[in-house]
Amino acid sequence: MLLIETRDLTKHYAAGEGTVAALSDVSLAVSPGEFVAAMGPSGSGKSTFLNLIGCLDRPTRGAYRLVGEDVSRLPPDRLAGIRNRRLGFVFQSFNLLPRADALANVELPLVYGSVGRRERRERAAAMLALVGLGERMHHRPSQLSGGQQQRVAIARALVNEPDLILADEPTGALDSRTGLEIMALLQGMNREGVAVLMVTHDAEVARFASRCLRFYDGRLVADEAQAPAAASAELAALDGSSGAHAA
Amino acid sequence: MNAPVALPARLARGAGAGQTRAAPVAAGGLDLLEALRSALGALAANKLRAVLTGLGIFIGVAAVIATASIGAGARQQVLGQIQSLGANLLVIWPGSVNQAGVRLGAGQRPNLTWDDAQGLLEVPGIVAVSGNIRGQNQVVAGNANWSTSVQGSDPDLFAVQDWALEDGRFFTAEEARGARKVVVLGATVAEALFGDEGAVGQEIRVRSTPFEVIGVLARKGQNPMGQDQDDVAVIPFWTARRSVMGANRVWARGVNWISLKVEDGADMGEAAEEVRSLMRQRHRLAANEPDDFNLRNMSDVAATFDASAKTLSMLLASAAAVSLLVGGIGVMNIMLVSVTERTREIGLRLAIGARRRDILAQFLIEAVVLALLGGAVGVAAGIGLSHALGRVAGWPTLIQMDAVALAVGVSALTGLFFGYWPARRAARLDPIAALRHD
Repeated sequence: MLLIETRDLTKHYAAGEGTVAALSDVSLAVSPGEFVAAMGPSGSGKSTFLNLIGCLDRPTRGAYRLVGEDVSRLPPDRLAGIRNRRLGFVFQSFNLLPRADALANVELPLVYGSVGRRERRERAAAMLALVGLGERMHHRPSQLSGGQQQRVAIARALVNEPDLILADEPTGALDSRTGLEIMALLQGMNREGVAVLMVTHDAEVARFASRCLRFYDGRLVADEAQAPAAASAELAALDGSSGAHAA
Repeated sequence: MNAPVALPARLARGAGAGQTRAAPVAAGGLDLLEALRSALGALAANKLRAVLTGLGIFIGVAAVIATASIGAGARQQVLGQIQSLGANLLVIWPGSVNQAGVRLGAGQRPNLTWDDAQGLLEVPGIVAVSGNIRGQNQVVAGNANWSTSVQGSDPDLFAVQDWALEDGRFFTAEEARGARKVVVLGATVAEALFGDEGAVGQEIRVRSTPFEVIGVLARKGQNPMGQDQDDVAVIPFWTARRSVMGANRVWARGVNWISLKVEDGADMGEAAEEVRSLMRQRHRLAANEPDDFNLRNMSDVAATFDASAKTLSMLLASAAAVSLLVGGIGVMNIMLVSVTERTREIGLRLAIGARRRDILAQFLIEAVVLALLGGAVGVAAGIGLSHALGRVAGWPTLIQMDAVALAVGVSALTGLFFGYWPARRAARLDPIAALRHD
């Protein structure tokens, strides 16, 4: 069964007198476990596409099936349930709750998924350990670096065991080295079977995906498979060279 | 940090096609405990703001409770004073008299007699009657002297006015008939003349006539008009007529007023009507003539006092309720600010699976918790204030538990009512726009 299947996915927005076609007739299929990058300049429709795939918005026209289920006409609260169980979100600006510690932030999707308190704790702690923050579970976002905050956000996206992670410019607010660490983390998660749909305008970042979608003027203009660059290898090389300089 | 990634078994799943889990069922909601913790956390994040907003509710609730206590205390005091006059009491005063076409003012001419009083015992339901005269006199005991009301009454007086004895005894019917020179002192008089010494058995003089003190009355305190009911010396009616008040040839059997006790459980209004009609008969009044006496039903007086005290309470409480309303508007204001400030948080919560009703509940609970915290502190302060007013200002206060419950309930409702609109606004946010909000 396909993970994502869209047919003529179209989104129009009201703008003044008329309407603006933010996305026009996008048809594509994504299998479970793929790592897809969506590229394009601003206004190209890539963010609208992400919002539709992320069940944050409903299409004006066209069909969207997520894991076989037609979700394009579901009411808002049903979509909330889908987002809670099937999807995980990673944002450019992390979007962590500032007054909650890392653990509570990661627990949040489980709270809305009605998971019991103890199980929430355990799963959130395990997920934080997985992203390398086992020692910082009780730090608040303000006490964490940007890269660490994005790791917390990734742990939060993964804690509900989603089928698909939606990442919106996940490295946009990070320096290149930290960005590389985050990409290594996402690639690692993807290797374990979680599909990733990442929106970016940065070709450097898109290299790590195995498939690249290009949007322009609301249309999908290119859809190419590519050999992904390995973020962890590049990180090791970077460490090696900087280590040599230091020596 | 080369995060070596090893997913736990349950996250790892084959990349192969066809893996599906049970389709998502309708997601459950937030559990209440979690919601409360979250609300407290959100309030704690802005302590000063929460305190200032809660202050509005706090003042309203404290004011409601304190004013209700003051109102109830005043009411109870007045009712207690009316009760102290005697239960089931009817009183007859002289009225205006029509004399050869000239209407004299009420009480200008005494027209009630001791025989009127005795005659009223025939009325069914009347169990005790006393005709009374009273005059201000100096009473002397040894070196001490005191100016007090010397009252001549029938022995039934003590039953009519529910007097109790502190010491000694009342005078008997025989002593009354024999116009014996015995006196029962009010507590104030006994204390003024004899201090801590026992008064019973001592001798006092009224207009140089010696009297034997046979009893001291238990203290009653003030009547509703603020007079000290214990500043009195009661002697038999005929003793007063003959030895103290001086002979009044014209009105030798006259009394100043008549007091009557109606049987417990009898209809006061009915008894009063029968008394009235017998009095008219005795005074030979024609059907078109007005009463030449005033008949007071003390339970009517009590009801009037009670009604005015209630009105006062209501006025105070509604003034206090207005401040609660203002407090509620404060809650609404701060919740609107909070929703705007936390737009991104709301967007995030929606993105990770919160339904609209979860967001609605979150902000409603926050508003209710805020209002209830203010209310709880307000209850404590209101009760404290009531006690303080009772102690310091000497106002009679009576904590009204129903007012406390009402104030707490109203503060919760205030939170719910004034929190609803901001919460609804939060729940209706578009997740995409909310996530992009700066």
